[in-house]
Amino acid sequence: MNEIIGKIIISIGIIADFIGCIGLIRFPDVYTRLQASTKCVTLGTCGIFFGVFVHSGFTSLGIKALLIVIFVFLTSPVSSHALARAAYRSGVKMCDKSVCDEYKSQVDRG
Amino acid sequence: MIYRKIFLTLLIFVIWIILSGVELYNILVGIFCSILIVLLFGDINIQNQWTVNKPQRYLWFIYYFIVFLYEVIKANLDVAYRIILPNMPIKPGIVRVKTKLKSDAGLTLLANSITLTPGTLSVDIDKDNGYIYVHWIYVRDINIEETTKKISWKFEKILLKIFP
Repeated sequence: MNEIIGKIIISIGIIADFIGCIGLIRFPDVYTRLQASTKCVTLGTCGIFFGVFVHSGFTSLGIKALLIVIFVFLTSPVSSHALARAAYRSGVKMCDKSVCDEYKSQVDRG
Repeated sequence: MIYRKIFLTLLIFVIWIILSGVELYNILVGIFCSILIVLLFGDINIQNQWTVNKPQRYLWFIYYFIVFLYEVIKANLDVAYRIILPNMPIKPGIVRVKTKLKSDAGLTLLANSITLTPGTLSVDIDKDNGYIYVHWIYVRDINIEETTKKISWKFEKILLKIFP
């Protein structure tokens, strides 16, 4: 039973990763592409590792997979934030569809 | 503080051995990594040590995690819908969000939650005035009260109880 549920969760994770990759190609600029990548991380990668945990239970493999979920949750948003902030500060423009930019005044103030 | 470091090294090493089994290769890797980790991060302390002993914080944290998972799955479906539709209904922009949190850990957790929720990405933080700058994939409102209500309040009202 656990094996079937684990395989279903892994499948959901793979589908989410696939859709995230399509988003990475289709979206127009750096910031929206980062959005697609964080989408991959949450349901995709963590879904796959959580599926491995459900599949193999409290064995050494399962607990390691659970630890990877926790560490990815803690570290991946930091890298996304650093990439977005560095891109903005080094002058990467937002795409034409963008409607507002409240951050500009803060950057101009220094 | 040398005893504390030796204790930490042994603790990390024992957990590693329990997780991976007794083999020569595992033991060598475990010794190397546990010493390296303690040398790099052994000096880090918890800032407010009295907060560790309050049990209701952990209950709130579990509740927070459930709310967070629900929001993440909801937002994931929303972003997947925007990616798949042929005309891509996106309206990106950077908005401001107000926060009442003061502690470093609370702010980090809030910014991380905003980033991990698909559709929103925290770009920068203004700690003095309590603003977080958030890139939003579909800007529904520019007004600061509305954005706070829609993006961060669902997380912040719980985090305010964990990090008062």
